[in-house]
Amino acid sequence: MAEEEVKVFRTWSSPFPLRVIWALKLKGVEFDTVYEDLSNKSPLLLQYNPVHKKVPVLLHNGKPICESLVILEYVDERWKQFPLLPQDPHERAKARFWAKFGDDKVLQTMRMDVLLKQGKEQEEAIVSTIENLKYLEEELKGKKFFGGETIGLVDIALGWLAYHFNVVEEIIGVKLIEQQKFPLLVAWMQEFSNIPTIQDSWPPRDKLFDRYASFRKAALGEHTPK
Amino acid sequence: MANAEVVLLDFWPSPFGMRVRIALAEKGIKYEYKEEDLQNKSALLLQMNPVHKKIPVLIHNGKPVAESLIAVQYIDEAWKDKAPLLPSDPYLRAQAKFWADFVDKKIYALGRKIWATKGEEQEAAKKEFIESLKLMEGKLGEKPYFGGESFGYVDVVLVPFYSWFYAYEVFGNFSIEAECPKLIQWAKRCSEKESVLKSLPDHKKVHGFVLELKKRLGIE
Repeated sequence: MAEEEVKVFRTWSSPFPLRVIWALKLKGVEFDTVYEDLSNKSPLLLQYNPVHKKVPVLLHNGKPICESLVILEYVDERWKQFPLLPQDPHERAKARFWAKFGDDKVLQTMRMDVLLKQGKEQEEAIVSTIENLKYLEEELKGKKFFGGETIGLVDIALGWLAYHFNVVEEIIGVKLIEQQKFPLLVAWMQEFSNIPTIQDSWPPRDKLFDRYASFRKAALGEHTPK
Repeated sequence: MANAEVVLLDFWPSPFGMRVRIALAEKGIKYEYKEEDLQNKSALLLQMNPVHKKIPVLIHNGKPVAESLIAVQYIDEAWKDKAPLLPSDPYLRAQAKFWADFVDKKIYALGRKIWATKGEEQEAAKKEFIESLKLMEGKLGEKPYFGGESFGYVDVVLVPFYSWFYAYEVFGNFSIEAECPKLIQWAKRCSEKESVLKSLPDHKKVHGFVLELKKRLGIE
């Protein structure tokens, strides 16, 4: 049997490579990790992801795969244990839809407009995020996880909501995912975080807080509101 | 016809809609095409895509699939015995999905800037647009299609924009063929296929549509 070489290029903080880490760990795949400093990208990273020059990159037997959601599907196809996507084509389409929705509508808005803006722009971003979270709350009706009884692609894609999201809430001093408004989402965040593989992989919270706070400070310049 | 097994909610100039039309045609699937007026969206569209309220929406046996790339993948999986669009090897599939994502991140947004902006912003968009097309040309290499010997997923995803090239060229005052001759050769090769021929509108019609759109949006 050929020896598999699996490497993940990541940073310590980004939620995107974390998805790949989770998928590999849940499937019991052995892998090596290469930590990148995005302010000083390694020649290897630039070689393996010349188009976007970003993490994550999965290197499997010397062949690179880029873009976290593409990598997740690749990992799911290569290693069949602990399947992340369902078999039924319509269910698969739904999973892909919600994973993309999370990235386009919630993650983008949170990390750019909610974290890095203030005043009216930030307020509008907060309103928009809450509106979009309602769709996710609705999607959890009657389910423990987005994937059903066990976690799947959508849970992994949205996993950052259970950790990184709250760091942003703390920095801006506004709670978006409130218990009364989002009981299912709050329950899901706890269930998801309780999974040992997930719990063991979170980046250090204080370091993450400092990092995001510094992004906000840099974006707003000297005029950081209280 | 009510209860048609496959329905497509679409808008004729949409490159995203064209992708789904091509995929359905490749698989020989009969379907009901419903033209949406995006200024007056149908109750069916709002019901089938309540989250985004956008076209295209593929409805199969009453169940909706929204987002064009997701719909094309769905078609490939639900009708897997005919004209496969994605390769069977996982690594090649990942490559195809990567490039489809690249097209979505770059081509549409940059194309829009070309017809909707002027001056420095337009010049920057033109430059990046050509760079992106050249990258894809490099990926194509000497192969007849992005899918290799046969027309595949990336071809389906990119070729609709060919119907918009004329509009980009007129509004951007440049020649795409001069910069990317191999890509134009590829596009013409694709256009010989019946599935593409049936699915892409005439490029002058698209230009006319963009002219009207600019007027409506108040863009000079």
